[in-house]
Amino acid sequence: MTKRRIISLHVPDPVSRPGDAPNFSELIIPEAGSVQKPAFDSKEQTLRDLPFALIRTLDDNGLAKGDWKPEVENDDLIFALETMILNRAFDARMFVAQRQGKTSFFMKTSGEEALGVVPSIALRSDDMCFPTYRMVGWLLARGYPLTDLMNQIFNNAADPLQGRQLPILYSAREYGFYSLSGNVGSRIGHGVGWAMAKAYRGLDSLAMAVIGEGTTAEGDFHESLTFASVYKAPVILCVTNNQWAISTFSGIAGANETTFAAKALGYGIPGLRVDGNDVLAVWSVMQWAEKRARAGLGATLIEFFTYRAEGHSTSDDPTQYRPKDEASAWPLGDPLERLKQHLISQKLWDEARHHHAVAEAEAKVKEASKASEAIGVLGTSKSGIEEMFNHVFEKPDWRILEQMKELGL
Amino acid sequence: MPSMNMIQALNSALDVMLERDPDVLIFGEDVGYFGGVFRVTDKLQEKHGIQRCFDAPISEGGIVSTAIGMSAEGLRPVVEIQFADYILPAYDQLVSEAARLRYRSGSDFTAPITVRSPYGGGIFGGQTHSQSPEAIFAHITGLKTVIPATPYDAKGLLISSIECNDPVIFLEPKRIYNGPFDGHHDKPLKSWKEYPEADVPEGHYTVPLGKSRIVRDGSDITVLAYGTMVYVAEAAIKEANIDAELIDLRSIVPLDIDGIVASVKKTGRCLIVHEASKFGGFGGELSALVTERCFYYLEAPTQRVAGWDTPYPHAFEWDYFPAPSRIVKALEKAMKV
Repeated sequence: MTKRRIISLHVPDPVSRPGDAPNFSELIIPEAGSVQKPAFDSKEQTLRDLPFALIRTLDDNGLAKGDWKPEVENDDLIFALETMILNRAFDARMFVAQRQGKTSFFMKTSGEEALGVVPSIALRSDDMCFPTYRMVGWLLARGYPLTDLMNQIFNNAADPLQGRQLPILYSAREYGFYSLSGNVGSRIGHGVGWAMAKAYRGLDSLAMAVIGEGTTAEGDFHESLTFASVYKAPVILCVTNNQWAISTFSGIAGANETTFAAKALGYGIPGLRVDGNDVLAVWSVMQWAEKRARAGLGATLIEFFTYRAEGHSTSDDPTQYRPKDEASAWPLGDPLERLKQHLISQKLWDEARHHHAVAEAEAKVKEASKASEAIGVLGTSKSGIEEMFNHVFEKPDWRILEQMKELGL
Repeated sequence: MPSMNMIQALNSALDVMLERDPDVLIFGEDVGYFGGVFRVTDKLQEKHGIQRCFDAPISEGGIVSTAIGMSAEGLRPVVEIQFADYILPAYDQLVSEAARLRYRSGSDFTAPITVRSPYGGGIFGGQTHSQSPEAIFAHITGLKTVIPATPYDAKGLLISSIECNDPVIFLEPKRIYNGPFDGHHDKPLKSWKEYPEADVPEGHYTVPLGKSRIVRDGSDITVLAYGTMVYVAEAAIKEANIDAELIDLRSIVPLDIDGIVASVKKTGRCLIVHEASKFGGFGGELSALVTERCFYYLEAPTQRVAGWDTPYPHAFEWDYFPAPSRIVKALEKAMKV
């Protein structure tokens, strides 16, 4: 007879795997509008329930409810919808381009479009975003040229980063978009440092720094929260909880024990947990955190509760580790569809306009793609090989100069 | 001209830069009110205000990471890592971020940070306060690694490092903070006062990065050293009574390759001395460069004297530390061929 073990190693596993029906029955989803909105300058001690709530404004009929309804111009909401449509058209075209061998790698934003687009519109042009690789919407909302994005993805002769960087790891200072890297999480502290620099100069511009829920396990996240808290840095720290870190479910990052917003509690900064597929709610929490930061009250941690609707990148197949139809079963729906429903409910939008906007976005993307492909794609066109040696240092030292010569440059 | 020890010279460099450039600020563990465990930032907070020189959490990764963010914005942060042995939590930030930001963004963003850190042994610090990690930075393209050996150079090189638009690792040989050390630990300490290299101008001046210093002209053999080992090698050369040319590299990246090659071609022999462990140490790179560039001028195999390939042992400090006697032996070996 085997003795019953009291202690055993606990390894979390998701409720459903391939072959199972999607199961989100354990998620607690409060009614839209049910979470009260405190004044932006409330003391942190009075805000300690918020990390366990879920701020939602849009109900099942697309109507905005409760006091977290943001102050947003109708035109801005329409622009957000149009930009999300563009984001989706861009992703679709570039995904196919990768499959056609025009580039080595691509990552879609699917289901997370609101999280790049909304902060980009909500924040100011002198604010800096320290993004994740699923935030191209920030650039699209600020009018970054589509062809330049594609030139970077194709690493062709017009690539703004001259072929030094993996596709989609853009850098666009003029557009408030910090240089991306493939090492996840290692730039969140730069956002805090940037914000400290602004405070040092006495300026009221701020930084937004984003990482995924899986990456909250890195030391960078906790170091950044410490510095943000200690120096009251004007930074909005965000965790995109899209449930999946490649094939690893959020429970392996600690989601079964607490929320990611609740990590803020240990650092004495406000933590907000928001439905990341609810454009109005995302807008509203950004405005709240923005006001707080610009008033010198320091950082806010925001958890965007969302779902990564497709694979991590072009290099993985999500049906290998989660139910095939899990994305469509996500109880918080699709951000684009929900905003569309809301705008239609407000008579600001209709199916015909939507149809037209989709066609227009696809045409724009197609046109840009043609222009970019005319310059070339990976393997057919690239920057001059001397670019491999440029930008290592401000001025090349003898090693670089000798090696360039060795390569015949 | 005032005589300064290396700590005072470094303090003066920081003071001058805080005065000159409002974008310069200093932070690190214990550097604020207290002025640093080695006193390098002494009175800087009092003089320049708490926002220009302040204490940081015990978080080397956080210190370097926030410094990079500040520098990307346009500031010139000078951060202190209390001992070079503690720099490893920041290694990812230095390698993956500071060294790569300019390259990957096509200079859209840059990281002109200076990371000061006392390094090296000879102070009975055991394995966690004695290491010489310069090779792990020299290997990382995109970083500069600077190591002064005199008070004059310490100030001039630190000012150059702060003004440099690339990230700089500035390693301070703490054994010679208060006076040069020739490796004879049983002899009384010397003060910098007797040395002309301790005459340090009060104001702004620079010593360029990548230009070595000939400490002693000679014709028999070239000895390459940096930091504390410059003085140990100098003593050994005297004891061996060999006409060696001693070069203080001052910075290992950028490396003064022309100075090294000219000297080795002249002398036909080369000895490399460093305190860090031998295997995979920077001496290996120097030896390879000398062989590649001076092979037909060499009359003997290049020699290396370095720390043993063990962690830095507390009770065996003077058995580990590359003593003058070991350098003398290597010099004699090189001269025999």
